[in-house]
Amino acid sequence: MLKTWFRRLSGTDLIMYAIGVTVTIAIIWGSLATLASGKYSLPQWQDLVVFGLAQGSIYALIALGYTLVYGILRMINFAHSEVFMSGPFTAYFVARALDQSGFLERSPVVGMLIVTAASMLTSLVIAILVERVAYRPLRNAPRLVPLITAIGASYALQYVFRGLYGSGVERYPELAIFKGEWFLAGVRVLRTQAVVIVAAIALMAVLYVFVMLSKTGKAMRAVSEDKDAAALMGIDVDRIIATTFAVGGALAGAAGILYVLIFGQVQFYMGFVPGIKAFTAAVLGGIGNVPGAMVGGLFLGVFESVGPSLFLDGLGIPAPYQLKDVIAFAMLVLFLIFRPSGILGERLATKKA
Amino acid sequence: MALLVARKVVKRFGGLTAVRDLDLDIEPKTIYSVIGPNGAGKTTFFNCITGFYQPEEGEILLDGQPLVGLPTDKITRLGIARTYQNIRLFANMTAIENAMVGLHPHLRTGVLGAIFRTPAARAEEAQATAEARRLLQFVGLAGKGDLIAKNLPYGLQRRLEVARALASRPKLLLLDEPTAGMNPREAEDMMHFIRRLRDELGITILLIEHHMRVVMGISEHITVLDYGEKIAEGAPREIQTNPRVIEAYLGRGGAAQQHGVLDAPAAAG
Amino acid sequence: MRSYSAPVWQMALKLGLIGGAVAALLALIGMVEVFNQRAIIGGVISMGQTFLGLAVLLSAYAAARRAGTQTRSTALLAGAVAGAAVGLVIGGLALLMAAWPDLRTILINASPTLLALLTFGQAAPVALAIWIVAGGLLGAATGALLLLTPAVRSAILAALGAVVLVGVLADLLRLITSAWGVIGQALRWMFAGRGLSVAGALVVAAVVVLIGVLRQRGLPKLQPAAGRRSPRQTLLSLAISLAILALLPPVLGTYMSEVLDQVGLYVLMGLGLNIVVGFAGLLDLGYVGFYAIGAYMMGLLTSPELGFFNLSWWAALPIVLAVTILSGVVLGIPVLKVRGDYLAIITLGFGEMIRYLALSNALDPYTGGPQGVQLIAKPTIGSFVFDDVTKLYYLLLAGCLLTGFIAIRLRDSRLGRAWMAMREDEDVAQAIGINLVSTKLLAFATGAAFAGLSGAIFAAKIGAAYPQSFHLLVSINVLALIIVGGMGSIPGVIVGALALVGLPELLREFAEFRLLVYGVVLVVMMLYRPEGLLPSEAARREMHEDENVTEESALAQPAEPAIQLERTAT
Repeated sequence: MLKTWFRRLSGTDLIMYAIGVTVTIAIIWGSLATLASGKYSLPQWQDLVVFGLAQGSIYALIALGYTLVYGILRMINFAHSEVFMSGPFTAYFVARALDQSGFLERSPVVGMLIVTAASMLTSLVIAILVERVAYRPLRNAPRLVPLITAIGASYALQYVFRGLYGSGVERYPELAIFKGEWFLAGVRVLRTQAVVIVAAIALMAVLYVFVMLSKTGKAMRAVSEDKDAAALMGIDVDRIIATTFAVGGALAGAAGILYVLIFGQVQFYMGFVPGIKAFTAAVLGGIGNVPGAMVGGLFLGVFESVGPSLFLDGLGIPAPYQLKDVIAFAMLVLFLIFRPSGILGERLATKKA
Repeated sequence: MALLVARKVVKRFGGLTAVRDLDLDIEPKTIYSVIGPNGAGKTTFFNCITGFYQPEEGEILLDGQPLVGLPTDKITRLGIARTYQNIRLFANMTAIENAMVGLHPHLRTGVLGAIFRTPAARAEEAQATAEARRLLQFVGLAGKGDLIAKNLPYGLQRRLEVARALASRPKLLLLDEPTAGMNPREAEDMMHFIRRLRDELGITILLIEHHMRVVMGISEHITVLDYGEKIAEGAPREIQTNPRVIEAYLGRGGAAQQHGVLDAPAAAG
Repeated sequence: MRSYSAPVWQMALKLGLIGGAVAALLALIGMVEVFNQRAIIGGVISMGQTFLGLAVLLSAYAAARRAGTQTRSTALLAGAVAGAAVGLVIGGLALLMAAWPDLRTILINASPTLLALLTFGQAAPVALAIWIVAGGLLGAATGALLLLTPAVRSAILAALGAVVLVGVLADLLRLITSAWGVIGQALRWMFAGRGLSVAGALVVAAVVVLIGVLRQRGLPKLQPAAGRRSPRQTLLSLAISLAILALLPPVLGTYMSEVLDQVGLYVLMGLGLNIVVGFAGLLDLGYVGFYAIGAYMMGLLTSPELGFFNLSWWAALPIVLAVTILSGVVLGIPVLKVRGDYLAIITLGFGEMIRYLALSNALDPYTGGPQGVQLIAKPTIGSFVFDDVTKLYYLLLAGCLLTGFIAIRLRDSRLGRAWMAMREDEDVAQAIGINLVSTKLLAFATGAAFAGLSGAIFAAKIGAAYPQSFHLLVSINVLALIIVGGMGSIPGVIVGALALVGLPELLREFAEFRLLVYGVVLVVMMLYRPEGLLPSEAARREMHEDENVTEESALAQPAEPAIQLERTAT
């Protein structure tokens, strides 16, 4: 066995292993150096982890949209980041109107639910529209084709919303109930972070139950296994695919409001970075795998929040926090190269001949 | 010495063992067939030889050289070429381009040669074109070099695939169901064609085939697989009368109607 | 007829409503208003109005086509219904805007100017009625177009298309021709306001129709000659086109030279990415990374600000190219086993990583961090310095010719065949004896080198390298221009660059909507013409699996505006 393994090992494989080992050593070395220096206190680490969890749960919600669509169509819905943006950007005007009328002040919970509903609805509609216009006519096209339309749809949507609502940054009204912090077992958690984490987990639980138990959910799984067979079983494949986009869109819309709770503002370009990170999260967890997206999101959130301080600082890199996004991209690249099946996924046999 | 030797080859997919402890010796310049019911592991074995799959255990040797673990392109360079059960031509390239891609490993022109079109590069390209033409002519595609592969009729696509395989100048040619989807007449033509490959070019042929008339007509040696295991081996006549083979094809109940089954084109593949 | 007129009616209504919705959307994102400043025919029709009219035209055309032309009345009815529906939506939008002025606090482009434009200065309900009637009439006229013979129809559409195109560019044409002295004087009557004059429009239409008639008469005879040209003829036409290209900057002036420089930079990158995506089938979204590496390397080697080497531009160029080639290989190795969309994402990740690294302070001493590198050397030959856009044009032209030549030679060699085989079926290509590692890396390296050259010239052009210049959008632009031109097609790269980089520079109002248009173009091209405007042989074969487009039939349909209209309508 070892003999054949050696024979199979090519020069490029060696380089790959070298890259992998170097990155691992750098991470461990940097982390040890930082920890040894004692530069950060325990509460600081705790803050970073909690922030990472909150951010990560948003990634996870968006990632579900990528994963659901990938699972069913085997395509990357590049425009999903714009589906995410469209919701909170549109719902901003609802929030502003509710705020001006004083309703948001009087009953903030109901108000925020209305705003969230508006956001989810918008994202849902946009997701269905994208599927109908840009993907459905190309269902049997060569694989690159829908990817290119996805890129096109993404830019078109970004600039349609820029044209509609303007290119400025809009600040959501701030609500008193979200201010302040709680302590859980000695760990400080901002109220917004707690709301985000709890809401995201609740939504993910609902989705999981929906996919596993509902009739539509079962049909979705059937379609993702085999479209033709599902169609023969009397499942309306087009409708199920549209539903999948709708569900992913609604979750993205909800994620948008959670994003606003943390960052407070919306803008036409806000989708790109969370979108690509959510995609990373989906890959991390094993794309097409619903629990994987959740795990991947949380993992990425914590990793990129803790990472700059933990290992980049230890390696003596100046201003490590600027490289937060580089960490996320590096994770994406490394995972796609070394473990494309993700943390939870199993390696699929590559079918060749 | 045998050209291709397989020893105790095992290929598993998860819990399923597709090929089990397979031994095989192919003498040079023979036409050797592997037959067996669907799912018997024939194509899997082909994929193990050509490097598409890595067998878990066992050795495969070409002229004494181990093949297991080598990438497919290296194995081709060592002298094995193949065709595919479901034709896999470069569908949007012309027939002659397909054949010329097959010549690729034997051409030397590098980047600079290509850019400056050096005399050496030009001579090589002219030679390659001529050789590709000859190959097309040999397989019966004379004058069809500029047609797009996917626009060729089915039978000619099969032939073009053979031409592409021949272009890599193989010692051993693996043909995966070359008569699939052909009517008896076309299959007959293909049979003569395969024999010509061996007689005129001196190439050893390893064949997977369901058309029993073809198999029995041209093979010198036959191995029968069932559930990944070799259940019989020998000359066509021995195989035709082997009770285990008949059972594998017809099941126990069908053994009574054995006559005519193995010398007629198998209805169920 | 009665029995099936109901579905026709519904279909036309649906198409009209969709068309109207699109038109309303264009109005609400500000396109109509912005374009309204530009006239097509001065004082008669503006570009904004043309836009809305086009919505009617296209919807009615699509509806009439689907309705079929068995009976005259169905085509007319379908066109009229669709046109009226478009009018209904646009008029409805005007009504809404008039009734609720506060809409503007949400949709920033729902301005009084737009309202005035949509209502023709009338009261909104009156405008609504006008829109419906006018839409219906225009729609019926479009439907009637289908009843004409194809020759007449395409002549009319070509004439209309040409008038719109020339009208849009009228501003610029006047600017260019005014520098031509007597000829410019002689052509002045053609322009009025910011568009064509009525007489000018008529002349343009007449010329187009005349050309069309001549071509239809003369084409069969000319065709064989054009099909098989002797080497001498090829050489001659090459020399003539070179001479024309060399004369462009003095003829067109500084502004147009700047535009041409932009186009040139993108042609260089397009030729490189075309090798990677078009030939080898490896979708690379991080292509901008190599452009950045080229520019930054040039900065590192020549800028006295960083003070490392202070080389001259030419001395630095080979090093820059070597480094970009090396980076192509280095970034190529990890992705050797990755395919399709995963490859796209990884390369996108690489591109973004390079940008973030350039943007961060981590590499400050080498890249200048967020401030970038200034004082990058300009290329010189003797005492001739390539220091303005007209001079740089020649450097770019030389670069484009060189890379185009290399691309053609590689495509027609054994290496090009290996790339194409790999694009068709990677596994079989490997099984036929093609070494995927070297074949892929060669594609990445060649592509990277072209982008590096483009980056080096870009750095010389602006004399600096800023991280903002190397956004993901550049990769998308290059990809878009390849797709518009036709994947794998070398002339396509040039056409794509002219259409996607040149045209928007000419229509500066356009800048705001440039990316929107790119996005829409990508989608529309994939839906209706995936092989691009000037497809390569292979791409045409691939994208049209069922139709056997023969050489003759493809040549018999010159790509005129008429054809484009039909494409979008089908």
